[in-house]
This record gives sequence, structure tokens and C-alpha cells, in this order.
Amino acid sequence: MTTADPTTAIATSPGDGRRPGRDSLDANRRREVRNAYLLLLPTIVVMAVVVGYPIILSVFNSFQADSHIDPNTGFAVTGGFVGLENYTHWLLQQCATATGTHVACASGTLAASFWNSVFVTFFFAVVTVVLETIFGLWMAIIMNRNFRGRGILRAAVLVPWAIPTAVTAKLWYFIFANGGIANTILNANIIWGSDLWASRFAIVIADTWKTTPFMALLILAGLQLIPEDVYEAARMDGATTVQQFFRITLPLLRPALVVAILFRTLDALRMYDLPQILTGGGGGRGDATTTLSILVVDQVKSGLNSASALSTITFIIIFVVAFIFIRLLGANITGSEKKARKVAKEV
Amino acid sequence: MRKAMRVAAAGATLALTTIGLVACSSTSSSPGGGSSSGTKIDSSQYGPITVVQGKDNNGTLPLLKAMWDKAYPKTPVTFKQQSDQADQQLQDDLLHFQQKSSDYDVISSDVVWTQQLASNQYLQPLTGAYKLDQSAIVPAVLATSMYHNVQYAAPQATDSQILYYRKDLLGSKPVPTTFAELFADCSIAKAKNIGCYTGQFAKYEGLTVNFSEAVNSAGGTVVDASGKPTLNTPQAKQGLQTLVTAFKNGDIPADAITFQEEQGRAAFESGKYLFYTNWPYAYSLTQNDPTSFAKKKPSALGIAGFPGKSSLGGHNWAISNYSKHKGTALQFLKWFQSPAVQKFAIEKSSAAPVLSSLYSDSTLTGKYKYLPTLKASLDNAVARPATPYYQAVTTAIQNNAYAALKGSKTVDAALSDMSTAITQAANGG
Repeated sequence: MTTADPTTAIATSPGDGRRPGRDSLDANRRREVRNAYLLLLPTIVVMAVVVGYPIILSVFNSFQADSHIDPNTGFAVTGGFVGLENYTHWLLQQCATATGTHVACASGTLAASFWNSVFVTFFFAVVTVVLETIFGLWMAIIMNRNFRGRGILRAAVLVPWAIPTAVTAKLWYFIFANGGIANTILNANIIWGSDLWASRFAIVIADTWKTTPFMALLILAGLQLIPEDVYEAARMDGATTVQQFFRITLPLLRPALVVAILFRTLDALRMYDLPQILTGGGGGRGDATTTLSILVVDQVKSGLNSASALSTITFIIIFVVAFIFIRLLGANITGSEKKARKVAKEV
Repeated sequence: MRKAMRVAAAGATLALTTIGLVACSSTSSSPGGGSSSGTKIDSSQYGPITVVQGKDNNGTLPLLKAMWDKAYPKTPVTFKQQSDQADQQLQDDLLHFQQKSSDYDVISSDVVWTQQLASNQYLQPLTGAYKLDQSAIVPAVLATSMYHNVQYAAPQATDSQILYYRKDLLGSKPVPTTFAELFADCSIAKAKNIGCYTGQFAKYEGLTVNFSEAVNSAGGTVVDASGKPTLNTPQAKQGLQTLVTAFKNGDIPADAITFQEEQGRAAFESGKYLFYTNWPYAYSLTQNDPTSFAKKKPSALGIAGFPGKSSLGGHNWAISNYSKHKGTALQFLKWFQSPAVQKFAIEKSSAAPVLSSLYSDSTLTGKYKYLPTLKASLDNAVARPATPYYQAVTTAIQNNAYAALKGSKTVDAALSDMSTAITQAANGG
């Protein structure tokens, strides 16, 4: 190669020898695209290995039966292909009998608490996100003002977010203990770890406490993008503070707010650690705070293929929510300029 | 279209995490080879071994290693500690078995895992050249190591719950030996305005233990020898009803529904209970905790045999089917069951011995006053359901027993749902 004649190099790779200025626009763009893909290739390969492969494997497994015991030898034999049986198991609560037919799963099996878990998951997502948005907006507006000690306030607000969720959960576990601070302050005898709604609201309170700062920060970033002169003009026109908030702040804040709400919603739909540690997924009849993720982990212990089906279902649910959000509310997280312009024009 | 794709891709990336979780734990469980059942173990099967168990809270592992390495200098042992959470220990064991890894030669299996591990052929059956003489082992303990009439593990340490009570409050009354007698004494607790009784009633493995105890103590059984539920009996009903009634009339205070072992111990130590059942590990803690009533007044604390039939706890040593040094592993199993090591284990880590003879050994009973009490409980103790589907079975028991205790299900409905759920668990859930 070192002895290669420069003229042959030109002949074998046309274009390389020409001056850039004489290239057609098309060829230029093609090369750019090709180079872009070449540069992206390592990332794509890594993503395929660490994200693509597990997902494909998981979906593949979800169509396989879990191993069962051969009654003669007592040894486990692999289940083989079962089609959608794992999915009907969760969605329709169908359990296999000894003869191979299917009946409704008995209360107390994991499958029987599927729809309860769907409800619990969405309940947590909706309630916590609404509360976090309201409190987050309030905190962000305060933090956006100019006053002495603003830096300290901002740092203080961040503290709950900086604490690991597991620690937060243990913290609130002690607050909600039977003889804990919560009961002492309320002068009540609420069993937070076990009552149906008390256990749910224990989770809501702890989660709101923890993630409101995240919301506040995202909203604060949005607030700081709103130029001060808009408010000045509004004041000149005699707009009240309330009018300024609803006519200027909220509309201009919308892109940031929608992204913040989307992030939090998707995060809340995956909630696992907080209820797992705080209530163990218990309360009520034993599953008042069992989210879908807790159910998946419980199922992993007794059958991986069935758990794969459940996690695929969970994935699809979250995916659909994300999709609806992006389509309907115009959350601009895909980097589409047209959408950004559209949103900007609307406001 | 491209925008839709982009939107979809963004949504997917954001939603991914849940699904990856399951996929990571991987699948497939095919039997491993090398389970020679001849009469002699090949000499290549001897070498250094790795022994895996949960967290070593008492710091005994270095001492055990020194003992073993002195006895078997050519084949030293390496102890590996796992987490202190049983679920995580099992998960770690399963991962190694599924990889057919020879890293783990001997694992410490909780008594309720042995059947699941054996059914997947992860364990070396203790037959042929691997046969152990188990005549000295407490029979109920030995039963936890069997699957399909084959022994798959060697009992390591056993456990049974005992009754803790307030000697000062009970006075001259006899210590209850049944739950009926126990609840009859609740008037004493009422007069003192404290709780009468608690065990472990939070929704976790402890509830399975306590529910089984209630049923077994009433003369019923949870499952028969073949694993089929036997809860449709008056005895089983009476067992659960006893607990439900106690919760309803306050003999078991309402907040006990959140108690695991440690919450119950804290409540008992603070003087809020007359009776409480727990594993023997709590005895020395209750005697020595600065906040415990027994610290100020040691004579106030009494212990007695379980008022009925306790559930059986403990661990078994099992040889991995993928081990390269099964011969040494077998030596380790035998060594651990020797009286010297069993004595060492009770002295250093309060692990109850699996050898019947040690419970009447005067050098031990003098020092460990609870040993005869424990033996009395052990003699009556009943193992939890022995089934390869244990995880699903215990879920079925916990969910329904919990609903019954909370009063959101009748006793009849809870037991009937539990039966169906246990049956369905055995069909693959």
C-alpha cells in the first residue's frame, strides 16, 4: 500500500482527488450521511448489545412457557412455545390446571392482582405528578425572584432530590412508623404501613417530597428563558399579577412544563424502590401499593418467562402513555424544529 | 412518517428500563453433567473449594476457615458471603447455577429452597458414593433436605420459634402450652393495658411461618406429602380463625399487622407485650439491649417451648452439580455435621445444632439455657410446604392470610382461595 501510485488511488476512488468546490451538492451530502453513520456505528452497536438484545430476548421469552416439573422424575422440563398464554395469564387472569385447561386465577396469586397494580401505578403517577407540578411551579416562581439568600434557598430545595430514593424511603418509613412522628403530630393512631388509603398516601407524600425539587428545577429553567421585558410591557399595559401569570408565564412556560411532566410521568409509572422499601408493596388487602414494577420483580422469583410477558406489557403501557403525551401535548423531546416552531407560534 | 418514528423512538427509550430488568436475569435451566453415582469418587474431584452463604453477622467464617484448613491443609476452603437478604442470596445462587458456573462448590440453601434447586438438577444428589450417614440428625430437620425421596443437601443449622413472655406479669400462672391457653391469659395484659400477643404478621415470609404455625398447632396441615393443599378441614379453619379473632378482639393489637421479627422484638422489649413468639436469636438481644425491660430486670423475661407446633427454619449445605471438587465438598458437608463443628457453631453464631445428641449435652445446656426449650419446640416443629414452586406457594399463603387477618376476607374465603392458588402455583402459576 505504501508504494501505491497517487494516480491509481484517484482512479479507484473517484471524487477523492477532486477539489471540494467542484463536487455536486448531492455527492457531498451522501458522503456526509455516510460519515455520520460511520461515526454513529459504535454507539449503535453498543445500544444493540445492551438494549436491543435484552429486549428481543425478553419478548422472545414471553412466548415461552415457564419450566414445569415432570411428576415422574421430579425434574424441571422446559416449557416450550405457548403463544400468547403468558399474556392472557396476566391480562385475563387465566391459570393452567393440572389437565391443561385454563380457569380464572385464584385470589392471592400474582396474576389476580394485575389490574389492581395497573390502577395503583396510574394512581401514583397521576396524583404525584399533579402535586409535584403545582408545588414545583410554586417553588420555581419563588426561586426565580431576586432576593437575598436565593442561592441558599435553591440549594436547600435540592436536598430531597439529592438523597437516594432508598434512603428517602427508609426516612419516611420511620416517620410513618406506628409510634413515629407522623402519628405523634397528627395525634392519631393511623397504621400507615397497612391501611388501604393511608399506605397509598404515605407513598404519595414521600414521592412528592422527593421529586418536587426535580420538577421545580426543570420549571425554573423554563422561567429563566422568559425575557423580563415581556412583563415590563404587560405592566405598562396595566396587567395584574394574576393576568401576567396566566397570560404570559404559563403559555411561555408550556414547552418546559410539558417536558417536565412527561419525564415525571414516565418515571412515576416505573415506580419501584419507594413503595418496595416503604410498605413492601403491602397495605389494604396486601397489594394496595403494589406497582407494576413490584409485581414484575415478585414474578421473577417464580417464573422468568411469565415475568417477561408482564414486563413487556408494562413496557407497552408506558410506551403508549409516552406516545400519547408526545403527540397530544406536543412535548418537544425529539428535537423536531418544526414542532418547536409550531409551539412557539401558538404561544 | 419519519416524525412518527422519531416520536416512537423517543417514547421507547424513555420507557425501556422495566423490560431490561427481566431480560438481564437471563433464562434456561438445563441439567448439568458430572453427577456420577458410582461407589467411589474420582481423585480429580478433590481440591480447593468455595463455600457460599449469607452475610456472616457473627464473624465466624475466618475461624471456621482456620479450623478447616488445619484439618484439610491440601484443599483449603474459601468462604464467600452474600447479602443478608434471603431473596438476594437465592437470586445470586440461581445466577451461578444458570451459568453452570463452577465458582460455587457448596451453597447454603434455606430450607425452603432445597426442592426448587433440586428439581432443576442444580444440586448433586447425595446417593451412591455421596451417601451420608444421617442417623444422628433430628428427623424433622433431615426431611427439609429431601426431594422425591432423595437427599440433596446436608442439614447445616436448624431453627424453631420459641415463646417469650413476661415472667413478672404472668406470676404463678402456668406458662401456656397451646394458643387457647395463651389467649386465655390475655386478661392479665388487659389489666396492665398492654398488648397480649404478637408474632410476625406483616406480608412477607414471616406470615407464611406464622400462618403455618397456627394451622399446624390446631391439628391441621397446610399441604400433604405430595404438596396438595389440605386447608379444607375444620382444624385448618380453626387455626386461622384463632388469629383472626385475636386481631378482632385486640388480643393481637392492630399494629402487629406491620411486624416483622425486629419490629416485634422492639415492641416486646419496650414492655408493650405479654407474649411473643420469635426465633431464638432474639433471646440474647432481648437480655442485653439497653432499652429492653430485661436489661433492668432479668428475672422478668421468660422463655418456653412454642405453644403448639412451630415452623422449621434453618439452612442446608448443598453441593453444586457444576462443582469441580465434589469430593472435597462432600468432606465439607460431613465435617460441618461433626459434633465439634456443630458445637462451635452454636457457641459463636447461636446456630441451633442439627444433631439430636447436642441438645442434652450438659456442657452446652449449662451455658445455653434455651437449648432444652428449643429442643421441645423442635420436636413438634413442622416444615413449611416442601415444593419446587415454593415462591408461588408462599405468595398465595401470604396474600390470603393477610386479607383474612385484616378482615377484608372471611376465613372460609381466604382458605378456599389459598387452596386454589396453591394448586395453581403447582401447575406453573
